[in-house]
Amino acid sequence: MKKVIMGNHALSYGAMLSRAQVIAAYPITPQTQVVELLSEMCADGTLNAKFIKVESEHSAMAACLGASLAGARTFTATSAQGLALMHEMLHWAAGGRMPVVMGNINRALAPGWSIWTDQNDSLSERDTGWIQFYCSSNQEVLDTVIQAFKVSEKVMIPSMIVLDAFALSHTYEVVDIPAQDKVDAYLPPFNPPFRLTPDDPHAFGGLTSPDHYMELRYKLQKDMEKVPLLVEETGREYEKMFGRYLGQVDAYLCEDAEFVFVTSGTAGYTARVAVDELREKGIKAGNLRIKLFRPFPFEKVRSILSRVPKVAVLDRNISYGHHGIFYQEVKSAMFGEPVQPTIFGFIAGLGGRDITRDSFKEIAEYALSKDKAEEEIVWIGVKK
Amino acid sequence: MSKKKESHKIVFNSEKEMPMAPMSLGSMLYNKTGAWRNIKPVIDLSRCIKCGICWKFCPDASIDIVDDWPQINYDYCKGCGICAEECPQKCIAMVEEEK
Repeated sequence: MKKVIMGNHALSYGAMLSRAQVIAAYPITPQTQVVELLSEMCADGTLNAKFIKVESEHSAMAACLGASLAGARTFTATSAQGLALMHEMLHWAAGGRMPVVMGNINRALAPGWSIWTDQNDSLSERDTGWIQFYCSSNQEVLDTVIQAFKVSEKVMIPSMIVLDAFALSHTYEVVDIPAQDKVDAYLPPFNPPFRLTPDDPHAFGGLTSPDHYMELRYKLQKDMEKVPLLVEETGREYEKMFGRYLGQVDAYLCEDAEFVFVTSGTAGYTARVAVDELREKGIKAGNLRIKLFRPFPFEKVRSILSRVPKVAVLDRNISYGHHGIFYQEVKSAMFGEPVQPTIFGFIAGLGGRDITRDSFKEIAEYALSKDKAEEEIVWIGVKK
Repeated sequence: MSKKKESHKIVFNSEKEMPMAPMSLGSMLYNKTGAWRNIKPVIDLSRCIKCGICWKFCPDASIDIVDDWPQINYDYCKGCGICAEECPQKCIAMVEEEK
């Protein structure tokens, strides 16, 4: 069934179709309509789940962890400052191997107060051990929630589905809503290898001496390394059942490209229009949209970019005192490769400033006119 | 005092033998946390009204209700004093532990 829905509700429908059993959330700004619709679904019986209202995002994630540990499929959503408040509990989720799936609407962090998009909220949680997917359409958001439960529960690592504020969260698009029985066939009920139950008592998250802590972290990393292949497999399986492939990256006209934008989120969609315009002018451009950010899709990125002479990475985020974060990551992935592209780093769109076709035009003009970057950060659109 | 706490320290030789999550291999009953206690709650049952508030509030589930009366399990009670604080009759005294 096709529906015209906003990105927030694409998350809600994804959680509903995945038959989430516990949803815990804090319902105030920067929260969005994701959990509003889910609370209505719980109230009218559309979704047979326990909806827990809590007093903060920290508590929201804590409630999700208890539920997940008890064996429930668990979902929540947040944004910006709310995600920052969850920070401690994000480490608990990944370190305790609880496969919660969460939607995060990319909103810029205060101060100054902002409800508009940029990626610093989710990228600040880069090293918590969560899987991160950056989406660029409402359809992809809905599909990825279902896929994320499958991936997360397989490796017992939580997933964050990330989407741009307003540009996706409040933008209405046509979304194909899969049939429940088909989703059930794709995503079996959650059956964790361990759980909190009086029938088989265990204590979780207790004191761990230097004898064992490092091994637990080694195991988390080893399982994280399995995720790219798992995303590939579950994405192909999804394609077979629903006709839409869900991959680690989305490469647009990269095969013969001499110049490639590296993008994420909705900017990755705008970039395709910019690529088409450059191609009309005879410039062999392409766009590599990184969807899976953690774990980083090293193999995909290397195989695509190693044959490209020039690469322009667009960041809607910044690591202060360093560079754009995707730029760092792409450079790190390409370092030591036998053939390396010239990589330029651009920062645009912080705090919700629009990233338009003209932004990409400016990026292309800069990168194509220079042999190497003259500055580590090329700012696009700053009023100097 | 209770007999010496049993030691159950396990050191794994390989990550392969370990569970993926930080968790105990079984129940923690052996870990008699009562040994941590410096002051202990003592209930004056003659003034107890059997309201069950101490039982509800005990964060370590160390108070049982036996034949309607509260009974403290000193193997696990850490002596936090929450029961004494919450008791509406003030019939729980926290007394120095003799060691």
